[in-house]
Amino acid sequence: MPLEMASVTQQVRAFIVQNYLFDRGDQLTDDQSFLESGIIDSTGVLELVAFLEKTYGIAIDDDELIPENLDSIDRISKFLKSKLS
Amino acid sequence: MIAESFPGASLLRIDPKAETDRIVAGIRDIVFNQLRRRGAVIGVSGGIDSSVVAFLCARALGSDRIQILFTPEAESSPDSLRLGRMVADMLKARSAVEDISQILEGAGCYKRRDEAIRLVVPEYGENYKSKIVLPSAYDASRYSIFSIVVQSPDGKTRKVRLSPEAYLAIVAATNFKQRSRKMIEYHYADLLQYAVAGTPNRLEYELGFFVKNGDGSADFKPIAHLYKSQVFQLADYLGVPREIQERRPTTDTYTMDQSQEEFYFMAPLEKVDLCLYGKNNGISVSDLARLSQMEVQQVERMYQMIESSRKVAHYLLSSPIVV
Repeated sequence: MPLEMASVTQQVRAFIVQNYLFDRGDQLTDDQSFLESGIIDSTGVLELVAFLEKTYGIAIDDDELIPENLDSIDRISKFLKSKLS
Repeated sequence: MIAESFPGASLLRIDPKAETDRIVAGIRDIVFNQLRRRGAVIGVSGGIDSSVVAFLCARALGSDRIQILFTPEAESSPDSLRLGRMVADMLKARSAVEDISQILEGAGCYKRRDEAIRLVVPEYGENYKSKIVLPSAYDASRYSIFSIVVQSPDGKTRKVRLSPEAYLAIVAATNFKQRSRKMIEYHYADLLQYAVAGTPNRLEYELGFFVKNGDGSADFKPIAHLYKSQVFQLADYLGVPREIQERRPTTDTYTMDQSQEEFYFMAPLEKVDLCLYGKNNGISVSDLARLSQMEVQQVERMYQMIESSRKVAHYLLSSPIVV
């Protein structure tokens, strides 16, 4: 099934805003680094990975748990695109 | 242990006599004048930090004004009690053994933890052992994702990434251990009108390597301003038994042997020491890399790890907030 990237971006954003910004997501841009802005801690990364695996039916290897893949909404969308293509 | 000499060690060198004198005077003032208590309770685990705190309190208050406590439980290493007793014997201090296994049984610590482990390792059962581990943040730029290592009764081990639910439930269950120990320490503090000495060093204190209202709770913290390698320098000066100085820092919380590096710091302790020192003193990444002979990327990753750990520590360190 082709993945609609706009909807992926929206879903990921909703997850981040709901769980880590407590619905105050106005200031979150798609390229904002989670690490630098301190949005997600180590437990949050665990939750994010579980969310991505469950929602998109993918398995994320330990080697893929790097900021290049997961540190912003844009990066997650790009990572998911490559995983699902 | 931390080697006496490593690249960058000079940054962390202290005058152990002067520092001991300063801390001893501070403990005396805090306990007798500020808190108006008659002595100090120290939970001694047989590790370097609590041993140094016991030696400092004995020097400050007198051996007859300290109460050493050993709080083993069913899963503690027997070395912890043996080495703790060595400290009490050397100091000629009063000590008591309070086995907290029944308290932990009553609170469901072991049962809750094992049920949580079974969320990711369904076969986990009696005679299995486990520990939580993190990948090294020092050698590679990756997220700190917790895994559990389980060892079956036949000695086979396997590592499984934890789900968020399992991780939180395991930590919440094992935190009963630190909180039960603190409850016993305050029981003795009430009995004797003593103050409770906390034993965290600076790495633990600043980076949040403690349990809120558990080992993070105390009336005073005599070594919370000292980096780990500075605690080793004091231990050597104070004459803490060599076996304790040479023991690998361990959490003694999980059933499999687990170093502090595996659980929290994800890097050799002397490197974390240097990076925290560098960050606290405004040393640039490139300067610290040169002084410590670390790679620039390693220092960058450690600085980042320190930043994110501090964010977690903020909640742990905060006092109750009155609205």
